[in-house]
Amino acid sequence: MASIYQRPIAFAVTAAVVVLVGTLVTVIIPLFMPSTQPVKEYVKPYTAIELEGRDIYIREGCNNCHTQTVRPIRTEVARYGDYSKPEEFAYDRPFLWGSKRTGPDLARIGGKYPDAWHYKHMNDPRSMFAKSNMPAYGWLAKRPLDTSLSYKKTKVLGYGYTEEEVRRQIEEYRRKVTSPDYPAKKIRDQITPPELRDRLTEMDAIVAYLQKIGRDYKETQKGVVQAAAVETFEEMKNPYEGMPEAIEQGREIFQEKCSACHGPDAKGSIGPNLTDDEWKYGWSDREVFISISNGRPNGMPAWGQILSEDDIWKVIAYIRSLKI
Amino acid sequence: METKYDDWAVKGFAVSALFWLVVGLLVGLWIAVEMFYPKLNLTPWLSFGRLRVVHTNGLGLGFGLAGIFACSYYMLQRLTRTPLAFPGLAKFHVVLFNLAIALAALSLFAGMNTSKEYAELEWPLDLGVVIMWVVFAINVFGTLIKRQEKQMYISLWYILGMTVAVAILYILNNLEIPVSLTKSYTVYSGVNDANIQWWYGHNVVGFIFTFPILAMFYYFLPKATGLPIYSHRLSIISFWSLAFAYLWTGAHHLMLTPLPEWIQTVGLAFSIFLIAPSWGSVVNGYMTMQGNWDMMRTNYLTKFFIMGITFYGLQTIQGPTQALRTLTAFFHYTDWVIGHVHMGTMGWVTMTIAASFYYMIPKLYGREIHSVKLANVSFWIVLIGQLVYTVTMWIGGIQQGAMWKATNPDGSLTYSVLDSIAALYPYWKIRFLGGLIYFVGILIFIYNILMTMKRPTEGATEVATQAA
Repeated sequence: MASIYQRPIAFAVTAAVVVLVGTLVTVIIPLFMPSTQPVKEYVKPYTAIELEGRDIYIREGCNNCHTQTVRPIRTEVARYGDYSKPEEFAYDRPFLWGSKRTGPDLARIGGKYPDAWHYKHMNDPRSMFAKSNMPAYGWLAKRPLDTSLSYKKTKVLGYGYTEEEVRRQIEEYRRKVTSPDYPAKKIRDQITPPELRDRLTEMDAIVAYLQKIGRDYKETQKGVVQAAAVETFEEMKNPYEGMPEAIEQGREIFQEKCSACHGPDAKGSIGPNLTDDEWKYGWSDREVFISISNGRPNGMPAWGQILSEDDIWKVIAYIRSLKI
Repeated sequence: METKYDDWAVKGFAVSALFWLVVGLLVGLWIAVEMFYPKLNLTPWLSFGRLRVVHTNGLGLGFGLAGIFACSYYMLQRLTRTPLAFPGLAKFHVVLFNLAIALAALSLFAGMNTSKEYAELEWPLDLGVVIMWVVFAINVFGTLIKRQEKQMYISLWYILGMTVAVAILYILNNLEIPVSLTKSYTVYSGVNDANIQWWYGHNVVGFIFTFPILAMFYYFLPKATGLPIYSHRLSIISFWSLAFAYLWTGAHHLMLTPLPEWIQTVGLAFSIFLIAPSWGSVVNGYMTMQGNWDMMRTNYLTKFFIMGITFYGLQTIQGPTQALRTLTAFFHYTDWVIGHVHMGTMGWVTMTIAASFYYMIPKLYGREIHSVKLANVSFWIVLIGQLVYTVTMWIGGIQQGAMWKATNPDGSLTYSVLDSIAALYPYWKIRFLGGLIYFVGILIFIYNILMTMKRPTEGATEVATQAA
């Protein structure tokens, strides 16, 4: 009998079988294993708006520069937050873990900054971070959001919304971002052309999506991550108060980490003015330290895991120096 | 008996390959500048997120596949001593291919994109791609069945392997439910989608950037040097173990992610194993040159093939190594990986396709290459450009990885993400320079090939008795 090197069909069939063994074991069988599709109550499907935002994220190829999975590595958890869990991606079709981090990972971006931060940043990244190389996406605010396929999309994905519900979600979100009380109103109005201010734009949708990523998991962790150690100090005093060298270092840190929201002169932008006498969460060393270290609601991130204790004190020393 | 081969499709694909090569590289240069000069993101169509996909698809599917089809149709006929079974279908293949790639480029520019790497095309184009492969397969099998040479040579195994595997890979990863003509959702979700995507992503590299390129290597190296392949047995072992092991390894792209750990570990183990069959071909290539290494100087094409297979060897050591858990923790997501990919694509794939063209085009037109001197110049410029590119990205990647992991004595992070971006600007600039040098080398190669095609005929067309 002729060998398979003389019989092309037999050769091709053999090759297919050889190729299918590894495929079967590592890809096909796992499809039916619970470990690849864990379901947890806390993970919620995307709303119609978040889904539209996600589709814009895909359209613009954001996944070419941003990953969406935090690995269980100490420095990575310190930088981005808790490592990613398999159940978090139950509603992700496609998955968007990415393969390159030119910019930061976004798996825990939801709720990290206020909406206003995202509007400002998406519109012009370099107005907040001079060294950033992210493309500016201001044009998203100049395009009305197309929701004509929203219901069909949620249906294909099996999210279980009725058409009515999808319409309601869209209208509700429109009302939220166009309301005079919307915290990001000022910057939204600034970058949205007048004729679109009462309508939903692609920018609104992508901001909604960014605020959703990782948020379900974060909700379960509320109160757990508070840096307890800080609370135990009854009296805290800034060891760098009034020291010129420390103030200069504090200024450098402030320019890098804080100026994007509080303005380069600390007179406020997205975040409040730090040079006046209005201090919502208190003005003592201890209170300011806790504000910086643990963060505050409505957008102040917790810097305790990113900045060292010394660095936080230096920043406080710098802020204090502005008042005199 | 004299057989006339049907080389219209070979020529058509060769010219297509050169065209898409220029397009893909220009896009590559453009996005290389965007990395350090973001103002170049002039319009949505020219923004990095869209263009990067045009770059990878344009070169991988446009240039790479066209080169592969050209060489496959060429080798297929000569190794079977039989003209193509369906030459009209092959012509249709050329037209369909270019139409599909042009539409692919346009749709990706427009942001119609599934986000799955190397499978970004939306579903109507997926259908076009499948039809295109079926058209190719019909000719491969048809010609093989009609063949006049009993034994199938090594290169034919690799072409068959590619044809079978790509069908399985492409269809399985692209199962999607359409929402509209330009939008669909994959049928897989989350972890499974990731697993299938990287099983696909890795094996597309295996069966498009390895199998057919090895087919070229095994065919054109002996042709160019007149030396028979060192060991037939080694090539049998390499082929089957490569075909078997490749499919297990996709998970090394997903190390330390939420993918079940056993899949990661199995993927890692097979990745290490994969060094053996890869080096089987490398050793086979080196040993073929045994006693004739002076050809590196005297036969201008030898150095292309040997340099190409050397980068293949380095690539297949670097890949499994960087998949090790400790190293992937450091290197993954950094620019190191970009360096890794480009060593394979610029150093191995393009080098080998270029060498195959240098051999094949003069034969097709029955004349000598336009200029051996220019071919040598293009070799050195391409090599230097590629090395500047890859080495720069490796060093940049190490710095990036180190900055991400750096901590202060109190355990806090030393650098912000922004610090690590700012630190990479010099590397990205040098990378652009490397890409530019490489591009110049490629332009010389293309000029040389086009001039060879253009020069009036001197000799007769090749006949079957001279082949194989």
